Amino acid sequence: MSGPILSVRGLVKRFGGLVATDGVTIDVRPDEIHALIGPNGAGKTTLISQLVGELRHDAGTIELEGRDIGALPTARRIGLGLGRTFQITCLLPEYTVLDNVATGVQVRQGHSFRFWGNVRGETALRETALSFLETIGLAGRADEQVANLSHGEQKQLELAVALATEPRLLLLDEPMAGLGHSESRQMVALLMALKTKVSMLLVEHDMDAVFALADRISVLVYGRVIATGTADEIRDNADVRAAYLGEGDELC
Amino acid sequence: MTLFLEQLLNGLQFGVMLFLLAAGLTLIFGIMGVINLAHGSIYMVGAYAGTWVAMQTGSFFLGIPAALAAAALVGAAIEFLIVRRLYKRDHLDQVLATFALILIFNQVVTLLFGRQPLFVSIPPLLDGSVQLLPGLPYPVYRLAIIVVGLLIAVGLYLLINKTRIGMLVRAGSTNREMVRALGVDVRVLYTIVFGLGALLAGLAGMMAGPILAVQVGMGEQILITTFVVVVIGGVGSIRGAFVASLLLGVVDTMLRAYLPSMLRHVMVGPEADALGAGIASMGIYLLMALVLLIRPKGLFASNF
Amino acid sequence: MDNSIKKQILLAVVAVLLLALPFIASATGYPAMTSLATRALIYGIAAASLNLVLGYGGMVSFGHAAFFGLGGYVVGILYQHYTQDDLFLGLVPGTNQLLVTLPVTLIVCGAAAALIGALSLRTGGVQFIMITLAFAQMLFFLFVSLKTYGGDDGLIIRRTNELFGLKMRDKQTYYYVCLAITAVFFFLLWRLVNSRFGNVLTGLRQNARRMAALGLPAYRYKLVAFIISGMGAGLAGCLMANFLRFASPDMVHWTKSGELMVMVVLGGVGTLFGPLIGAAAYIVLESVLASWTEYWQLGLGFILLFVVLYTNGGIEALFGRLLGRRV
Repeated sequence: MSGPILSVRGLVKRFGGLVATDGVTIDVRPDEIHALIGPNGAGKTTLISQLVGELRHDAGTIELEGRDIGALPTARRIGLGLGRTFQITCLLPEYTVLDNVATGVQVRQGHSFRFWGNVRGETALRETALSFLETIGLAGRADEQVANLSHGEQKQLELAVALATEPRLLLLDEPMAGLGHSESRQMVALLMALKTKVSMLLVEHDMDAVFALADRISVLVYGRVIATGTADEIRDNADVRAAYLGEGDELC
Repeated sequence: MTLFLEQLLNGLQFGVMLFLLAAGLTLIFGIMGVINLAHGSIYMVGAYAGTWVAMQTGSFFLGIPAALAAAALVGAAIEFLIVRRLYKRDHLDQVLATFALILIFNQVVTLLFGRQPLFVSIPPLLDGSVQLLPGLPYPVYRLAIIVVGLLIAVGLYLLINKTRIGMLVRAGSTNREMVRALGVDVRVLYTIVFGLGALLAGLAGMMAGPILAVQVGMGEQILITTFVVVVIGGVGSIRGAFVASLLLGVVDTMLRAYLPSMLRHVMVGPEADALGAGIASMGIYLLMALVLLIRPKGLFASNF
Repeated sequence: MDNSIKKQILLAVVAVLLLALPFIASATGYPAMTSLATRALIYGIAAASLNLVLGYGGMVSFGHAAFFGLGGYVVGILYQHYTQDDLFLGLVPGTNQLLVTLPVTLIVCGAAAALIGALSLRTGGVQFIMITLAFAQMLFFLFVSLKTYGGDDGLIIRRTNELFGLKMRDKQTYYYVCLAITAVFFFLLWRLVNSRFGNVLTGLRQNARRMAALGLPAYRYKLVAFIISGMGAGLAGCLMANFLRFASPDMVHWTKSGELMVMVVLGGVGTLFGPLIGAAAYIVLESVLASWTEYWQLGLGFILLFVVLYTNGGIEALFGRLLGRRV
């Protein structure tokens, strides 16, 4: 398939009188990292929530590989190849690192109506899970409780769990948020390496990371996409500069 | 026809009683996120305190302030000593702690008043009936309950829509965090809301006195019915509680009044009565099942 | 010593004690202990069933008395038709065989749980509590109104169901039957909570949003857990009706749902054997308090309040701390 993996057309979401998403149109192509940037309150997380189906949009269409997924519940969308990470980490707090990923693998396989065998004793499941942890560089912490992980490690685990669902398109909600400088660079390298396997829509404030990773960038302001283009095009765009300067933020 | 109208009024009267309880329950849940099983106990406390004072003094109208004061006092004590610790706990802890309160209240009331139900007669001023339509006499006391209930509904509507406290209540029932962010002393707000709920429950208990037997366990009976009201109306919605209360009151009363006689057309008398009474008492729950099928969040759930 | 070995030793000791209990009871001159223990086992099954949805799945059901009572009434109704030698609804003949009443109980309670669960799981949180409570109350009123089956007064079952020609009326025999069933039940439950199914169920309690983001359609898993749980509570009801030789609306009363919940919490939410310990604690507490005063529920109320407000994790957690497990 040569068309876009994700195609969003004219998406609208209103909260009472407030228009949080105002006719957003955005594409993610195969093997592309498409970054979504914008000042605080621009509606980036709201957009992600609509894409995964935690919020219902009021108008517009969401297509995943040409299929309209706008009416499906979250679980179905994930099953069709959508994956996501959370801005504020969202893990299973009582499980170990490995169990978190293994649960992801198990759900992906879809055989959860098994009542007899010990799930912790399924070597195939655990090996698959471990391989995702190796990809992410967290294999050494496999038996650690989630609560004992550092913030950076939790962010990495988020990514490993998302990968375990074998997504075709990954929605990343600020994967660098709260990371230190070296952790950020590690995460950038990680995402770079994953790029050939999975397309990404990357919501991020860290402009270094965005410019290092993104093939294309869209700028969201007050729920509206004001520009889409390559890094250079966005840097030179007058509207974008105005929007960011108005916020008192510096671009780069 | 007049019988039908009479039953309709009876349903309305039951409905406003339910509303007095449901309003408090749904507000307490909407604002504080606490499920309070002891709400029925406050109703019972109001009934006992009011009825006892009325029996001792011989004046029903002295019983009313006593019922309100006792309910408010007990409500405030519950909020201050127990419920305040539960705001941040999960629903299970809330259910268990308030279940414990039910056990405690029931036993304490039994210790104080014994197992025999208390009875208080209707005050002379409200005794007798009034001719509403030709051939439709209706007890003044029940009419008074309906009027009081409707007045309170109007009062709550004004309180919630026209005052600052109401504004906070509305904001709090859709977004609890926002109220905190507004810099309001939520503890005061919580106490006010809890106290208000307790007052209404106490009033309902007092008014029920002359119609129902005042006895241990009266609170839980009506509490569970009130839960059905809240589920049908939509948790946190006063408007929903009002509509659902009246709906349930009327449906329940009508089923009890007419179902046995309808069944008697198809089966023998005593069995029809028993089965009819049984199905009638299941009616409101079946109504709840129906609402859950169509609108799982209730008829007036706030959309967000 | 390794904790898992400690646990196994503890389990073995408890098993031996349970097997020897009737003998200890008669040797020490407390024959009533066998009856108490039987009740504890039966309530343990019911509480552990509730714990499957409540502790493992995070669904706070306040209506499990519905299934407990339904299980009792299956035994009672089938027995009545057996003695009267007629048909239930003109279709089903009665019976007094435990090997029939038990599977029928499981089917009936499973079906009831499927219906109630399918409706109440359409919402969650506080509505779920209220709705399960309300449906249980509905069943309560249904049984109260069924005059054919005793109405308010309940149904007397003159003889305990028969099983392999055992002397089921004998307290010791019945204790051992219950003990065997309890052992099988907990073995199955142990497999279940450690299975793939148990894994996603526990995951749903920990973080429903995460499980949805993994692509798990939560509703069907919760519903199946609810059905299994209802069947377990029904099994307990069936055993209880046989034990008391009586089924009454009391078994369906909402306070029974509360009691089951209290047992779970006393023993420890979300632990395998916690509910069994909690049930035993509750039964002992009840009989001790009740021997002091007819207002024993007052004491129970205060103890419950204390447990909820000031302890964390119930009796099993307390044991765990004594054994040096996690704090």
